[in-house]
Amino acid sequence: MKRRSFLASSAGLVASVMVRPVAAIEQSSVLTALVKEYAAGAVVREGRVKFDIARLVDNGNSVPVEVTVDSPMTPQQHVVGITLFNEKNPQNDVAQFSLSHLSGRARVATRIRLATTQQLVAVAKMNDGSCWTHTVEVLVTVSSCIEE
Amino acid sequence: MARTLITVPRTAKRDEIIEIRALVQHSMETGYRRSSDGDLLPRDLIRRFTCRFVPRVAANSNAASTAGDLIFAATFHAAIAANPYLSFNLRATTSGTLVFSWEGDNGLAQTETVSLLIA
Repeated sequence: MKRRSFLASSAGLVASVMVRPVAAIEQSSVLTALVKEYAAGAVVREGRVKFDIARLVDNGNSVPVEVTVDSPMTPQQHVVGITLFNEKNPQNDVAQFSLSHLSGRARVATRIRLATTQQLVAVAKMNDGSCWTHTVEVLVTVSSCIEE
Repeated sequence: MARTLITVPRTAKRDEIIEIRALVQHSMETGYRRSSDGDLLPRDLIRRFTCRFVPRVAANSNAASTAGDLIFAATFHAAIAANPYLSFNLRATTSGTLVFSWEGDNGLAQTETVSLLIA
């Protein structure tokens, strides 16, 4: 292979790795069922929600998470609730948050426990009843719930 | 009384979106852990957090408004880490008081207030 063509092809490879889109992961059936129950018949779509959490967690005892939702937060159009579910902790519920147009920004941050490597989902419910989700997969090296 | 740490800007401009942070000292015992004797440690969780905003003009209006508007609420489960921390936002419109409440197992109920001044 000529040097020039090698450089060109390797540059292409690097670019393809760097711009790799965040692939939508296949949501576990546990989470799908929980989201469906929470939505109570409303349309559930992926998007508008950003679930910010470290993909690799050293210690599952306290994991910072932040959820932001793309919404103008006006009286006409706002987020009314954000719910977090986990896949493999002893209980699937993590937390439910209630917001309103008074919030000004559709954002909440907290710290959670993770028992093991698993998927998590954030569901945002809008005032028009529609639900939007973001599913993430987190690798946990030292789990919560094991220390005395 | 559990210790709390609340961070709110002392003053804000009208229509500014402020960040509110609230932390409470609590073990959030899940009920799944065992002590060194092998006994199951009883569950002891904070279940509910609310933040209300009471406008300062409430003094000369009717009593109903003194309860304020609910601006944020959270329901916690065992998956919330010890010393529950929350960060959320509020669009500041008028001066008033923010009322933070935590409720939980074993009769835990605590309320803290912080005043907010609109410059």
